[in-house]
Formats: sequence, structure tokens, C-alpha cells
Amino acid sequence: MELIGQGIVQALRLLLSGDAEVWRIAWLSLAISATATLISLAVGIPLGTLLALARFPGRGFAISLVNTGMGLPPVVVGLFVTIVLWRSGALGFLELLYTPTAMVLAQFVIAAPVVVGLTLAAVQQIPGQFRLQLLALGASRPQMVWSLLKEARLPMLAAVMAGFGAVISEVGASLMVGGNIKGSTRVLTTATVLETSKGNFDVAIALSLILLALMFLVNWALTWIQQGRRA
Amino acid sequence: MGRALKGRPRLKLWVVLLVILSALWLSAPWLSVLWPAPPAAAQSNTVILSTTTSTQDSGLLDLLVPMFEKKTGMTVKTISVGTGQALTLAARGEADVALVHAPSVERKYVEEGKMRNRRLVMYNDFVVIGPEDDPAKIKGMPRVADALKRIADTQSRFVSRGDKSGTHVLELGLWKQAGIEPKGAWYIESGQGMGQTLGIANGRLAYTITDRGTWLAFQKRISLPILVEKDKLLLNIYSVMEINPANGPRVNVAGGKAFADFMVAPETQAVIKVFGLDKYGQPLFVPIAGKSDSDFQ
Repeated sequence: MELIGQGIVQALRLLLSGDAEVWRIAWLSLAISATATLISLAVGIPLGTLLALARFPGRGFAISLVNTGMGLPPVVVGLFVTIVLWRSGALGFLELLYTPTAMVLAQFVIAAPVVVGLTLAAVQQIPGQFRLQLLALGASRPQMVWSLLKEARLPMLAAVMAGFGAVISEVGASLMVGGNIKGSTRVLTTATVLETSKGNFDVAIALSLILLALMFLVNWALTWIQQGRRA
Repeated sequence: MGRALKGRPRLKLWVVLLVILSALWLSAPWLSVLWPAPPAAAQSNTVILSTTTSTQDSGLLDLLVPMFEKKTGMTVKTISVGTGQALTLAARGEADVALVHAPSVERKYVEEGKMRNRRLVMYNDFVVIGPEDDPAKIKGMPRVADALKRIADTQSRFVSRGDKSGTHVLELGLWKQAGIEPKGAWYIESGQGMGQTLGIANGRLAYTITDRGTWLAFQKRISLPILVEKDKLLLNIYSVMEINPANGPRVNVAGGKAFADFMVAPETQAVIKVFGLDKYGQPLFVPIAGKSDSDFQ
């Protein structure tokens, strides 16, 4: 318990003293995970909507794949993305391994199925009559889809939170594809692992607390958007 | 639900998203990290150093890497993993230079032609630590193999790294010397780095083998004293090796050689000689550039 107390003191000290390294690590965590989440939204929302509304052979199989993907173990994603990005791998010519871009890519792979799956669920929970009504009122197909998405936007914010939460707290993939390089790919989770292995438990606790605070702030902002109109 | 009520939260959502987006994309330094220089330029300027956790955990590389970068204008990507993985990566051409500590394995890679120009850089030593009351009664034994044999004979708990790291390779060599195949409930494989392994040994009151540097760094957290030390077999020799460009595409040969040369250069060796003195009261490594394996047998 004494250690956690020390950790809290250390966290405040690191943040208030403007320790450039810690701020940079925190900023990088936020930037990488937010970018990955945004790309996942850009890809995942259309895909989830398509899966919810379209009927095609193999749809059930596709949905099962997505649902499995929602629980993809980050280390597995990390391993495969690493192998693809190796110099000898399929995308090796891009020289992306051990860069923040590689981390965005790995985190995208982790977050995208979450976004697809939750979008699918959000759109599907809208009663079928609503769709029929829209069409009966003369809405075109794009207009109908847009109305559905507007209707589903509250549960879809949950998709944003779940996707972001999954990637910012993830450590296995970030460690593998990023390499935990100081000043370049060291994020809050990988730095926490490193400080723990170095025996600097107070710094590790401080970093964890900063991560928790960051997650809280982001989720608080999203919740505020989600719940705003009911509050 | 009227339209007016619905309109407001959507507006807020867009405002917040816009703020996040602009904050992300307008920060120029971040952009330069996300899209580094084009591959052709990165090729000659980035050196991937494949090394062990002990060099990173000790803080030595945090000191040396910036020195090298300032001197050459190159960027070093330090990938610190166990010696086993560090060498495998290098042998696949996924790194440009390796700094590791498992001489027997290193020599094999050199013989196979995967690595070249192996040069000794520095050494420190391993120690056997264990619980204060020393159930196997090994304290002060001069020969480490005898001590291990007694640990096995008394079935005293022993924590092994079990991760093909340099430390693990050395440990396995010592068991072989002792004529013992370690297995059983007393033999715990942590599969983790040195720091975590020390924590496990400490928590379970077990014996383990650690490099002296990590043990010193963990003094505050663990209560296991040194019981056996100074056997010649416990020397922990680090060397630097360049990678055969035939191992894979895009190996930065010149960059790897530059880093290897840097590690054995007199200025660098002078820094290694005093590293750790201020923090632990004794240096963590002894520089040995220019010497050969036969000087330590």
C-alpha cells in the first residue's frame, strides 16, 4: 500500500514538474490510439452497417468472424503484424517496423472488429418497421441508411469507447511492432512494463495512474456527448 | 423527440471530433514521427540494434545511444529482447548490429556465416543468489557447478529464466557442468526478464542466477544475498557483431558497422568503465575492447 502511495506522489510529481519524457509518452499513447480508433471507425462503421442491412450468402459466417475478431488477442495481432512488416515480410519494403505507424496499424487491426461488431449490433437493434417506414415515406437508400445511423449513434459511441479502450490499454502488440523505443514508440503501457522490469515500481505505478486518468478523460468526454441530451 | 433536441448533441459530437482531429493532425512533430523520411533515406540513417534486456535495463544504452546518434547523425532503434531472440532476429536480417552476451551461441552464428566481425565489448559477472538461511548450504563455495549440484540434491527451489536469454544459456551450461538435468517441482521456469525473475525468486525464497548489474539495481526490492561469486565460469561477456547482408533484404551494413566500431572505440570504452559508479558505488561493466575469448579462459 505504501508503494501505491509513493506511486501517486510520483505521478503528480512527474506531471507537475513538466517531465518532458512523461508528457511525450502520454501524448504519443493518445495520438497513436486515437488515430487507430478513428481509422477503425472510418472502416468499421460502413462495414458494420453493411453487415447489418445486407443479406448475402455467408453473412452468418462473416458475422461469426467479426465476433471472434472482437476478442483478438493483441499478442497474436502483434506477432502477425510484425512478421508482415519484417524486412523479409510482405510489407517489408515500407520499412515500417518499430515506428508509430506500425503501432497504429496493429491497433487498427485490434479495434476494427470491435467497431464493426458494435455497429452491427447498434444498427440491428433498430426495429425493422422503422426502415420500412422510412422507405414508405419516400427516403432513398442512402437517406435511409443515414437515418438509421443517426438513430444508432448512441450505442455506436459505445463502439468508439470500446475500440479506444481496447487499443490504449493494449501492450502486447505495441511492444512487438513498436519495440518500445525511447522517444519514438514508447507509450504508457510499454513504458510501464519496462519500468516494472527495471524495478522502478513507483514510476510504473505513476505511469499506470496517468494511463487511467487519460482513459477516464477520454471516456468522460465521450459519455458527455452520449448522455448529453438526456442529462 | 423533436428535431431541435436531436440536433444539439450531434453538433457537439462534431465539434469534439473536429477538435480531436485538428489537434492530432496539426501537430507537426507528430506528423514527422508517423510518416518518417521515405524508405530510401531511412535505409542509410536508421540502425536497428538487436540487444538484450540487461543492457537496456542497466541504463547503459540510454547513455551510449544518444552519444552515437549525435556523433553520426544516424538514428538507432534499440530492440531489447533476450539474447536468443536478438540473435534470431539478426540472423534473419531484421537487425543491423547485435550486442549480446552468449559467447557459445555467438560463435555458432559466426561459424555459420550469419554474423561477422565479432568483437568483445565489456564484461560483468553473474552471481548465484538465494535465501539468507541458505537451505542448500552453498554460501562461499568456490565452484559454481558444485553449488548447483547441491541445490539440485537438496531439491531447493531454483528460478530459471527459461527464455533462451544469455543468462539462461549460461545457466544451462552450468547445469551441464554439474552433470544434472534440472527438472522437478523445485525447478521453476519464469520465462521472463531478469527483473521479474528476481522478483519471483525473492517472493518464493528461491535460488537464482543473475547478472550483478541487475542484482545491484534491485537492491531496494529484494532481500536475497549473493552466495556464490567469482568463479571464472560466471563471467558475463558482451560482444558486438555485424550482420551478414545476405541474411535478408535491406540490411544497413554501413550503419551496423558504424555502431559496432563505436562500441569498441576508446571514448565509448571510457564511458563504460565508469558507468554505474555514481549510482551503485561500483562500475557495472568492465570494458575489454581488443581482447579475445582466450584471455578469459
